[in-house]
Amino acid sequence: MRATDSVFDQLEAVLPLVSKPVQYIGGELNAARKDWDGARVRWALMYPDAYEVGLPNQGVQILTEVLNEADGVLAQRSYAVWPDLERLMRERGIPAFTVDGHRPLGAFDLLGISFSTELGYTNMLTSLDLAGIPLLAAERTDAHPLVVMGGHAAFNPEPVADFVDVVVLGDGEEAVLGISAVVDAFKAEHPGFGTSAGDDLRRALLERLAGTGAVYVPAFYDVEYLPDGRIGRVLPNTSAAPWRVAKHTLMDLDAWPYPKRPLVPLAETVHERMSVEIFRGCTRGCRFCQAGMITRPVRERSTATLGEMIEQGLRQTGFEEVGMLSLSSADHSEIAELAKGLADRYEGEQVALSLPSTRVDAFNIDLANELSRNGRRSGLTFAPEGGSERMRQVINKMVTEEDLIRTVTAAYGAGWRQVKLYFMCGLPTETDEDVLQIADLARNVIRAGREAAGTRDIRCTVSIGGFVPKPHTPFQWAAQLDHETTDARLHALRDAIRGDREVGRAIGFRYHDGRPGIVEGLLSRGDRRVGRIILEAWRDGARFDGWSEHFSFERWMAAGERALADEPVDIAWYTTREREQNEVLPWDHLDSGLDRDWLWQDWQDALAGGEVEDCRWTPCFDCGVCDHLGTQIQVGPTEAVLLPLPPVPSRVEAP
Amino acid sequence: MARRPPDREVVPAVQRLRIRYAKRGPLRFSSHRDFQRALERALRRARVPMAYSAGFSPHPKVSYANAAPTGAASEAEYVEIAVVRRCDPDALRAELDAALPPGLDVVDVVEARTSDLVGQLQASRWRIEVPGVDADRLEQAWAAVWAAEALPVQRLMKQGPRTLDLRPALVGGVVADAGALGAALEVTVRNVTPTVRPDELVVALREVGGLPPGDPARATRLAQGPLAEDGTVGDPLAPDRAAAARPLASSS
Repeated sequence: MRATDSVFDQLEAVLPLVSKPVQYIGGELNAARKDWDGARVRWALMYPDAYEVGLPNQGVQILTEVLNEADGVLAQRSYAVWPDLERLMRERGIPAFTVDGHRPLGAFDLLGISFSTELGYTNMLTSLDLAGIPLLAAERTDAHPLVVMGGHAAFNPEPVADFVDVVVLGDGEEAVLGISAVVDAFKAEHPGFGTSAGDDLRRALLERLAGTGAVYVPAFYDVEYLPDGRIGRVLPNTSAAPWRVAKHTLMDLDAWPYPKRPLVPLAETVHERMSVEIFRGCTRGCRFCQAGMITRPVRERSTATLGEMIEQGLRQTGFEEVGMLSLSSADHSEIAELAKGLADRYEGEQVALSLPSTRVDAFNIDLANELSRNGRRSGLTFAPEGGSERMRQVINKMVTEEDLIRTVTAAYGAGWRQVKLYFMCGLPTETDEDVLQIADLARNVIRAGREAAGTRDIRCTVSIGGFVPKPHTPFQWAAQLDHETTDARLHALRDAIRGDREVGRAIGFRYHDGRPGIVEGLLSRGDRRVGRIILEAWRDGARFDGWSEHFSFERWMAAGERALADEPVDIAWYTTREREQNEVLPWDHLDSGLDRDWLWQDWQDALAGGEVEDCRWTPCFDCGVCDHLGTQIQVGPTEAVLLPLPPVPSRVEAP
Repeated sequence: MARRPPDREVVPAVQRLRIRYAKRGPLRFSSHRDFQRALERALRRARVPMAYSAGFSPHPKVSYANAAPTGAASEAEYVEIAVVRRCDPDALRAELDAALPPGLDVVDVVEARTSDLVGQLQASRWRIEVPGVDADRLEQAWAAVWAAEALPVQRLMKQGPRTLDLRPALVGGVVADAGALGAALEVTVRNVTPTVRPDELVVALREVGGLPPGDPARATRLAQGPLAEDGTVGDPLAPDRAAAARPLASSS
């Protein structure tokens, strides 16, 4: 029998002993409370990082709401607990829990985990272990939840294939409802399911899920290796499983205006604002960008829907800032109209609007001015990504130095005092010189800015990290730069910037050292053998690998040596090795819609410095997604106008 | 040419209101900063016509006083807000309470008619439930604490560790049985600077009073207000209520 009661009483006794206990109490404003006993299918949805990072995550908020709106389905949220609480939970036998109802994770039918990054893998193992769920999927029985993986990292789930039961690729909204329907029907047919110690029914349920073609069940595929360590082939071991599993694509975002009730946490989180996704997908074609490649095609929300979502969200949350999210927010077909309409609507209301991700062009300065009309002005951020013109051609980020100078000149001229520039180090074909050109670029930015602003009192921050090649991108075949060279280039750049007497003090320099990127690269492009490294590292204490104060490179390297001792491959083989065209990649049987030949050609074009346009305003270049998955670009303009809102009478003011 | 703050019209405040709120149940784990964010958002949801400060980052005018520490519950926390259009205190109480999460509950709202709310908050009455001990044991521990001439405790301040003496702040206390929760001490403490925290009193009960180590105690502030000569803690909003009962013309 599964234990299902709330563990809050046990937890409450130890909360005075941990840091920031408020993150574990739940009860956020707008959090749903659905009746436990009335539900037939119960999901725990976990974001495998600290509450302060996980709470704002849109994927978890959206899916929790979508599931709780469904008849007979319940969803509660869970986040990773910090090591101080983990230790107390182990001492006192407190299981991993949801913050909504403080139910043990083992009480649910399904445990969905959303991986924005591979660095959450070890936190998944901590939660499974604290929940009393066997770490290995093969050791679970009918009495354990199905562990379902989603998020961008699910596009190569092979490193965690041994730990998860089901993988969902792509948009989750419809997929989780589909899974719920299958589980609901299965439980109705097998009333005793979930209580027995065997695993026959579990396997039958997994076969039924795999048989829909909508999910990937790693256990139903065998991987064969060649003597040199490369993959020979991946093939299904049951007729229930399809040869390839495709991603889900949600068409018509206007029909799915979630989250309708954004959560307002008590605890401080990384984004103190409400977020609204203005479109999904990106076809800019930046070759390093996995998000842009795996979320195609572009699907916009209309101006009318966005106006309604923002109004409802602000009224229900009281947030002072709205983040308009997407992979390149200034690309919305009606962004200027939207910005003006919203600024007019909220004139005098202390509501700030922000675009977290913008292109480098002068249009964006007008936009930024409009967005900050009613609220605070923070810095402006642009991402040229590559330091030299040649480098930007390789990555297909088509920004010239003139564009950048013109943009920042406009920004400083309009009164902005701080501009942030984002770059990457370690891109394919990069040389020391390409990276050092970032210093020249920053120098020219400061010079032009001082002239435009008429003052020396302006700043520019250069932020740079190591590039990690990702699956389903043209760079999936590329060699990752070793961390020693990455660090040497970053240090040379730092010295070049700091040593500049004229502008050095006006330029801030932030960089991330190259070592965590190697572990991220290992987990990103790894195969099933990498799962053993994850387990070794976790047993040796790896937790919160995205946090520099918890991350240990040595621990991961040592785990790699132990786990791969009997294999013909090592960590360098997974990371700094370039792959050939015909090598079977661990994720080749997972279908992002992108045509493999197109990706290869784009990789070759990158090496030759060739550019690709955006298919929203040029003809289709046959990346394969729309043809193959039956999807299409959905963009405006809708020419809808945001009308002023009628005044709402106050209920607190004296008559 | 430095950028000036935007030319927003700063609307003057026309009324100040004093709010008593409670921090109950799991919400006792919220910190003062957590409460500040929650309150400011709730004021926006309740459409309270707040007065804002001038400058680049306008902030709603809220004065916080003497907040209970993270982990301690309270029935008697106080803040004062300033508004640009007059509000009805009872309507404000109901709307603001509805806009705050359950557990952060608005108990009372009165219009401010006197100048010094913080000056009214002279002492606090705390109920401290100590699990796993009976009333006799706690009584003995309290007697030892009460008899002590000094109660030095270490506190980590921004400047580093510092030793504070709790004893001068203690006004008096009584012990009662708390059933399954163990025993409870109801103790009155002067609101001195730095404030005496209930968990530090528990440290004193263990170290000076000889209570055995155990699970953390649970503290609730029952009252906060002016300290009478007989040691009772009064209602800090009483002067405002009294002034409100008089004709408006007599207020300042």
